[in-house]
Amino acid sequence: MSDLKTTPLRDLHVELGGKMVPFAGYEMPVQFPLGVMKEHLHTRTRAGLFDVSHMGQVIVFHNDGYRSAALAMESLVPVNLVVLGENRQRYGFFTNEQGGIEDDLMIANRGDHMFVVVNAACKEADVALMRDGLEGCSVDEIDDRALLALQGPSAESVLSGLVPDVAAMKFMDVGMFSSDFGELWISRSGYTGEDGYEISVENEQAVALARALLAHDDVEPIGLGARDSLRLEGGLCLYGNDIDSKTSPVEAALTWAIQKARRKGGEREGGFPGADRILDELENGAARTRVGLRPEGRAPMRDGTALYAEAEGGGSVGHVTSGAYGPTIEAPMSMGYVTSDLAAVGTQLFGEVRGKRQPVTVAAMPFTPANFKR
Amino acid sequence: MKYTEEHEWLRVEDDVVVVGITSHASEQLGDVVFVELPDVGTEVTKDDDVVVIESVKAASDILAPIDGEIVEVNEALADEPGKVNEDPEGDAWFFKIKASDPGQMDDYMDEAAYKKFIG
Repeated sequence: MSDLKTTPLRDLHVELGGKMVPFAGYEMPVQFPLGVMKEHLHTRTRAGLFDVSHMGQVIVFHNDGYRSAALAMESLVPVNLVVLGENRQRYGFFTNEQGGIEDDLMIANRGDHMFVVVNAACKEADVALMRDGLEGCSVDEIDDRALLALQGPSAESVLSGLVPDVAAMKFMDVGMFSSDFGELWISRSGYTGEDGYEISVENEQAVALARALLAHDDVEPIGLGARDSLRLEGGLCLYGNDIDSKTSPVEAALTWAIQKARRKGGEREGGFPGADRILDELENGAARTRVGLRPEGRAPMRDGTALYAEAEGGGSVGHVTSGAYGPTIEAPMSMGYVTSDLAAVGTQLFGEVRGKRQPVTVAAMPFTPANFKR
Repeated sequence: MKYTEEHEWLRVEDDVVVVGITSHASEQLGDVVFVELPDVGTEVTKDDDVVVIESVKAASDILAPIDGEIVEVNEALADEPGKVNEDPEGDAWFFKIKASDPGQMDDYMDEAAYKKFIG
């Protein structure tokens, strides 16, 4: 794994018994001795600590302030960023000329500038896209900070023991806090469907902060395996699996992230790549739709599984893009794309597993109720 | 007890062979969430896929170690696949096979050789 990049927590992961694997060019822990299933359940019942330092942290600065940076960013992202309040963040995505999704990201208003978090595998392309596309802005990738996520119902009590003011934060609030571990950039968000925080910390302080969090009885280190099953139970998309440069936000059922101001008739209608297709699909629907799927029985339907409307015969009506066993729901779960006439919750479909068509039902997502602090 | 390079253990009980996976294999698989067993009475040939195991990580197959007939399967694993992690070399056997060519057993490793094999 010598040509892989490492995060400041790499040696700590190894010390804690993490099983290291290559992921998005980084050497990352896929699981710890607890194992994927128990790590998942621990996060849902107490708190899990995740190393997400491989993700890209980017500062976008405009001399005229946040509003100007937001207006520039709106040319790449179909989200209403101008109205985003100070110390608040929003989910969004970069679109391309074909109306597909280039990456999904978090965008925060930090007063005099914008702070953006993007996926590890896309960060070089995203930074290039922003440098190229954001008129009048400077785009700085932050490489001297690690990113930790503390997720689960105990996250507030644990983190507020170190940084008392985080208890008052609401879901999608962001802030800068001084602490024993230097200045922390904290958001109340995550990607597990649980309440929790994402904490940006200087590289030199990252291990000390991680150890302080892990010292709490309620906190266990969690690997990428459980991160994947947690986000899937939470109904959240994994870029590269469930959304990609060919899926539009309407197909991906992410229309909730496109506010009225950017839609047809809105104050700042369109003006982002692929607007023709996306605005049309917002009005008239898309040919296919991302749905949740609950297989009957215990066998997971994994990504690539072909879906059919009938138990025998007929062509494929879609496919699974993510599938796993859900430790909290104690059942297999998948998400995937089906033709939109078959996307209603309760629709009976069939997935072909090892040559046999097995029944599967279109289901509401998230599979587990979200537990955010609104 | 005999062992295969596919990390199965084989225990001879009179004229049938009981088949399971080793602790080493169970650890590598991670938490097992689904087990699909063959039908009793199925005639199998060495290296046929006879059992599907799905773990939190991936799907994998268990191969028939010898030619013969499946005479019993461990139905309890269908309801409690986690037993494969809890007691892989005891309660969590998968199937019993009546050997049509018992000589095929001679090809497999004994415990010392298997331990060396997994390093």
